Amino acid sequence: MTPQETVERALALSKADGCVVVTTERSEANLRWANNTLTTNGSMRSRKVAVISVVNGATGTAAGVLERSAVTADGLEELVRASEQAARDAGPADDAAPLVEPTETADRWQAAPEETSIDVFGQVAPDLGEAFGRAAGKQRLLFGFAEHVLETRYVGSSTGVRRRFVQPAGRLDVNGKSPDYARSAWVGRSTRDFTDIDIAALDAELAQRLGWAERTVELPPGRYETILPPTAVADLMFYLYISAGARDADDGRTVFSKAGGGTRIGERLASVPVSLRSDPAAPGLECEPFVTATASFGGLVSVFDNGAPIGATEWIRSGELAELIRTRAWAAKTGAQPAPMADNLLLEAPDASATLPEMISRTERGLLLTCLWYIREVDPQTLLLTGLTRDGVYLVEGGEVAGAVNNFRWNESPVDLLGRLGEVGRAERCLPREWNDYFTRTAMPPLRIPDFNMSTVSQAS
Amino acid sequence: MPDGSAPGIDPAFLALPMRRLADAALGRARELGAQHADFRLERIRTQMLALRDGKLDSARDGEDLGLSVRVVHDGTWGFASGVDLTPEAAVRVAEQAVAVARVSRPVNSEPVELAEEPVHGDVTWVSAYELDPFGVPEGDKIGLLVDWSERLLAADGVDHVEATVQQVLEDKFYADLAGTVTTQQRVRMHPEVTATSVDRSRGTFESMRTCAPPVGRGWEYLTGDTWDWAGELSRIPEWLAEKAKAPSVDPGRYDLVVDPSNLWLTIHESIGHATELDRALGYEAAYAGTSFATFDKLGTLRYGSDAMNVTGDRTAPHGLATIGYDDDGVQTQSWEIVRSGVLVGYQLDRRMARLKGLGRSNGCAFADSPGHIPVQRMANVSIRPAAGGGTLEDLIGGVDRGIYVVGDKSWSIDMQRYNFQFTGQRFFRIENGRLAGQLRDVAYQATTTDFWGSMEAVGGPDTFVLHGAFNCGKAQPGQVAAVSHGCPPALFRGVNILNTVREAGR
Repeated sequence: MTPQETVERALALSKADGCVVVTTERSEANLRWANNTLTTNGSMRSRKVAVISVVNGATGTAAGVLERSAVTADGLEELVRASEQAARDAGPADDAAPLVEPTETADRWQAAPEETSIDVFGQVAPDLGEAFGRAAGKQRLLFGFAEHVLETRYVGSSTGVRRRFVQPAGRLDVNGKSPDYARSAWVGRSTRDFTDIDIAALDAELAQRLGWAERTVELPPGRYETILPPTAVADLMFYLYISAGARDADDGRTVFSKAGGGTRIGERLASVPVSLRSDPAAPGLECEPFVTATASFGGLVSVFDNGAPIGATEWIRSGELAELIRTRAWAAKTGAQPAPMADNLLLEAPDASATLPEMISRTERGLLLTCLWYIREVDPQTLLLTGLTRDGVYLVEGGEVAGAVNNFRWNESPVDLLGRLGEVGRAERCLPREWNDYFTRTAMPPLRIPDFNMSTVSQAS
Repeated sequence: MPDGSAPGIDPAFLALPMRRLADAALGRARELGAQHADFRLERIRTQMLALRDGKLDSARDGEDLGLSVRVVHDGTWGFASGVDLTPEAAVRVAEQAVAVARVSRPVNSEPVELAEEPVHGDVTWVSAYELDPFGVPEGDKIGLLVDWSERLLAADGVDHVEATVQQVLEDKFYADLAGTVTTQQRVRMHPEVTATSVDRSRGTFESMRTCAPPVGRGWEYLTGDTWDWAGELSRIPEWLAEKAKAPSVDPGRYDLVVDPSNLWLTIHESIGHATELDRALGYEAAYAGTSFATFDKLGTLRYGSDAMNVTGDRTAPHGLATIGYDDDGVQTQSWEIVRSGVLVGYQLDRRMARLKGLGRSNGCAFADSPGHIPVQRMANVSIRPAAGGGTLEDLIGGVDRGIYVVGDKSWSIDMQRYNFQFTGQRFFRIENGRLAGQLRDVAYQATTTDFWGSMEAVGGPDTFVLHGAFNCGKAQPGQVAAVSHGCPPALFRGVNILNTVREAGR
């Protein structure tokens, strides 16, 4: 049974008032290594079918959501009936909305799913082997992970929606350490197909950074002028993004709620006229241009919105909060426009051209970070986050890296940081370090913060 | 196996052709020259119900069914998984696993060998629970959450209520070339209720969540008396109102009495993860991190005070990491990790046990799904109570100026497990041995060995409570595991307290 046949057959079996079927064909391959040798690997396949049955009742509209893997032709009817039963049992859904109506698309609905395999590492695996050899000779240990995932999604509905999308997603993490683990450096890349990955160049960058760390400087906690590289900015902005739900803000319980009621839309947040946006068509960061949801979640995502188009959205425009994430149901209740989440995020300032090396060269005395880690919310009122610096904090003096500094625990709010921007560099594609299990498509600039709050020292290296 | 009155393994799972598929896959792996091969077929059923202000916000049922083959071929791991349950497809997955081992061979310089383990024959194990949550009508389950939500919404000062319950039924079949064949079933539940108050005029808000732990029990957990649901729900509005009006803490050093509902997470982060041998050996260095408790310090590291005794186990009744046999085919056990403040043990799998000459594995291999390779995952890591230890009131009575910490909330720790920072649900000021109202904006921050070194006393056996989490993350690709941590309340001297509003620069 092809995925398209699965969708059509399930829709034909449905006796509910409405039905949405989402199938996901997923293939993935990965290599993982530590101490210059392989640790684990894998080549995995999965196939999932979600059936969302919509049932209109006297008191409201209900949805029954069931997702299963390995569904056979024989098992499909049972899945559809179970979904209908779940809808009848559940009672009215708070996020109920009319199912999405079809629009003209350029999707190739009839095309087969695409697949990846372990062969995607045909060049990367031997290059890694060479890098391990070089590293061993230079008293350097390499750790890391390479993964390629291909998902082909088909969404069909009883209202006539038929959408297909192929999402390739690759990521590469490489961590270099001295044999005593005292010095540590990291590079990461987000890629669609691994053809743009140059292992030798990444290894050379690690070697340079480990060289920087041969001189060490102990610094106490305090507020420091700090340059955040794009990957660190991505992790902070991702947290801001997932905290930007309209419903919670309207309820008065997020950093984006306004005293006296309402939200902070229209309020200036950033000291520089930056734009924070998502756009499924962003070059190199292409992602699904329509909603797929196999569970409703926290006012951010609704199963009733499956198939709804996702366009470009500016969440922050010219430094002002411009939009919050909004389901169709919440939009209808509040007289606003829907604003679905997209699977990418870009932060840019107009005419920003400075590269990270240029920003370092213009720094009299400050810290240069590599990445942030273990980021958790401390206080939702201010969106205060805590976390650690990781894999290289460098002291910059007179425009040059002067050595490596101990790690810090920091406490900062990404919303506050936007209000204290010292300098914004040129955005580039980057891999979030903390959140790349969930989110790999970001373009962020390096940022200079005049007074980043390093709260306590961490002995970790 | 529990006694005859307990539920058995779901007949629908037993009806799957697991033995035929295992024979086909393992036979092919042997033909292709695998030194070791194991086959897993798993079905994981999940249901998440979420209510917002008493109305259904999300209901989702999931079922993940699939098979996987792991081989050691030419001294190198190879892993593959698939979803088609035919002998031909199982053979193809075995062939893919061997192909993955071959592609990986050039980057492997450390031949994989496994610690010896007795062959356990064909065995069955079922966790201790009474009522399969997937047998309870969804309407009844939602009805209970509606009732809980409405009780809170009816109280003064409660503006919003979230009520959720995650339910998991995990069926796992394992077979290896040596002849161990296990069929196991576990059930776990995680109910949570959170109340929020909003002061619109000031633009402020505050929340309070239940401390009821996630457990390896069935639906009876929500309706029976193992947790005092009615009592906890009835007190949340007053606790929330008191917290919203509480004075902001003065930062500085305080003595702390930490309740099991908060201390479990500090144990998880600063002991549980730090004593995973794969972290100490660097396998997680690029992701979850390493450990300050390096292998050369086994038997000598002063982890904490003499009052600190830590056990690892996968056998505690209702523990979330509890199971009969691990994903290496090892029978689960209980062992010491810290004895009188000194590091004496790690959490192991068969590969690492052999690599470090530690004898038999203590059974911590786990894969969270049929599509993931097993890695070393956390046992139930727990602090033992003191045989003659006192009550919670005794511990509080020993503090002149301090804070009593209840319930977990925010958590963060560095990649070597030194520096941590935690918040909680409730912080009560202690004055002259008595509780004196709540404080707000509190976080405690410390270095692991300093913190456990400052632990002066722990409560007695009657104060021990098992808490835990569903969402422990580790490995790449990411895997999620459920784990429990038990402890008595404990008294710590001179811990650094931060004010989170001042940390935000306000």
